[in-house]
Amino acid sequence: MTAIVQSRAASVAGFWRDSGWAVRVGITVAVALVLVAVFAPAIAPYDPDAVNLTARLQGPSAAHWFGTDHLGRDILSRLIAGSRVSLGAVAITLSLILALGIVIGGTAGFIGGRTDQIIMRLTDIFLTFPTLVLALFMVGILGTGLVNVIIAIALSHWAWYARIVRGIVLSLTHRDYILAARMAGITRWRIFARHLLPATVAQLLVLATLDIGHIMLHVSGLSFLGLGVVPPTAEWGVMMSDARQFVWTEPLLMFWPGLALFVSVMAFNLVGDAVRDRLDPNVRMEHGH
Amino acid sequence: MLGFIVRRVLLLPPMLLGASLVIFLLLRLGPSDPAMDYLRLSRVPPTAEALEAARALLGLDRPIADQYVDWLWNAVHLDFGVSYALQRPVLPDLLYFLPATLQLAGVALLLTLTISIPLGVWAARHRDGWPDQLVRVIAFFGVSMPNFWLGFLLILLFSVHLGWLPAMGRGGVAHILMPAVAISLMSLSINARLLRASMLEVAGQRHVTYARLRGLSAGKVERTHILRNALLPIITATGMHIGELIGGTLIIEAVFGWPGIGRYAVSAIFNRDYPVVQCFTLLMVAIFVVCNLIVDIVYAWADPRIRMSASGMR
Repeated sequence: MTAIVQSRAASVAGFWRDSGWAVRVGITVAVALVLVAVFAPAIAPYDPDAVNLTARLQGPSAAHWFGTDHLGRDILSRLIAGSRVSLGAVAITLSLILALGIVIGGTAGFIGGRTDQIIMRLTDIFLTFPTLVLALFMVGILGTGLVNVIIAIALSHWAWYARIVRGIVLSLTHRDYILAARMAGITRWRIFARHLLPATVAQLLVLATLDIGHIMLHVSGLSFLGLGVVPPTAEWGVMMSDARQFVWTEPLLMFWPGLALFVSVMAFNLVGDAVRDRLDPNVRMEHGH
Repeated sequence: MLGFIVRRVLLLPPMLLGASLVIFLLLRLGPSDPAMDYLRLSRVPPTAEALEAARALLGLDRPIADQYVDWLWNAVHLDFGVSYALQRPVLPDLLYFLPATLQLAGVALLLTLTISIPLGVWAARHRDGWPDQLVRVIAFFGVSMPNFWLGFLLILLFSVHLGWLPAMGRGGVAHILMPAVAISLMSLSINARLLRASMLEVAGQRHVTYARLRGLSAGKVERTHILRNALLPIITATGMHIGELIGGTLIIEAVFGWPGIGRYAVSAIFNRDYPVVQCFTLLMVAIFVVCNLIVDIVYAWADPRIRMSASGMR
């Protein structure tokens, strides 16, 4: 583990060098997306929510590269604003999932005994729900809206992470170096933070990058159903839901937000696959929900 | 084999019990007050007296353990309460919409298996050749494609431009083709790649070399010695894909106007109509759990090592 930490700076450069062209494209697109999301207000040519009823449903033109929607809003600006919602939601959701997974799985693995058994039974129950069904259920309890969707998706995914953290921690607690640290009087919290947590980083990183695209699809899918981000906020799923009534007449309205989502998911999947191949060739099938 | 099935079936009730407990607790510990939503959906102004009456009516004023036991008792007798919004029993309504959903998800599962297996075999047979590359590209696009967007692209091509397939509703084969493809593309992409990898792994094992040395034809080796073993991970993966297929079906129903359980449930979720939400979730979990039971039994049937060892129970 320390070897990985020490060579981290070298490994980022090596990661690029060892990657094929597809992965490089993926990394480039992913980085570009993050930049677009961060600087969205500065890049967007128009206010994404500005309604202009005299310029409704225009095709692509010099003024509006991707045209305008049924309320005359600039599609490109809305796509750019949507990247912010999507990536922001994914970032917060993944942080929540990782926090829950590490705390719950770490507690189970480290304390062990009865606590472990109870926590793992609970984890098993959460794993009997298909993730989208559980997310729908949570939205049913919490209500619609982006914040609730983020909570719902986090609560429907943490169990996968908790199980993996618990497995790693459990496999290490009886190693000699942990026992030695314990006998040396180092506090349990410090042992966990210094010796056990770092061992889970590689696997969690792999899982998390592979899940970015999956979570993006969840957020947009729920918004598309009318349960996530609330109109008029510019979000790709909301834009597609808005475009439904114009499928027969203005199919491009549906095309652009879907393409944005597709390309983003693809880019992050490429990065995820590359990270997995590099850090952990063994997790291939453990994660298929 | 029978022993394995019995032991595995006996695990179902505790799993469903656990799920029902979690569903119930999350609902009751959630931030909202069911009595408020009941009044809202019944269009009664939420005065103090009305709230009091609603709480009494819904049994919310009683200890939570009693409420759960009551709910469970009714659930075992297939009474899942009455929808707040429609004032109709929940279960019959859900069961009315369920067959359409099961039909769509079932066809999607069938497509997943019937397309992914030949694709995987084909890719493995021509390792690193153009078929392998082609399957790799298809699979790569497949796992990143938002299913609801794919649904619209299919409508654009086959309904709007070509006019070959109906864009909406439920009917014959023509109606189910596009939604089923949209749902299954992701699972079949994953499966095809998995089968390819699994076949190549098995092909490198000793019993395969031995079969070749015995002079068996390449086709026979592939069918009986490679494919049969390589399919085992596909069975496991199918169990996991079923959850994805159920979720995909719920979304795709909205795209194609498929009259299934998804649209009914989404409006209940939007309205926070708790009895419907609760029953819907439990129903989906039950279907998922039963499907996984079937997958486990198929796996045990296909791999004697599992049914022989007691530790093979998951």
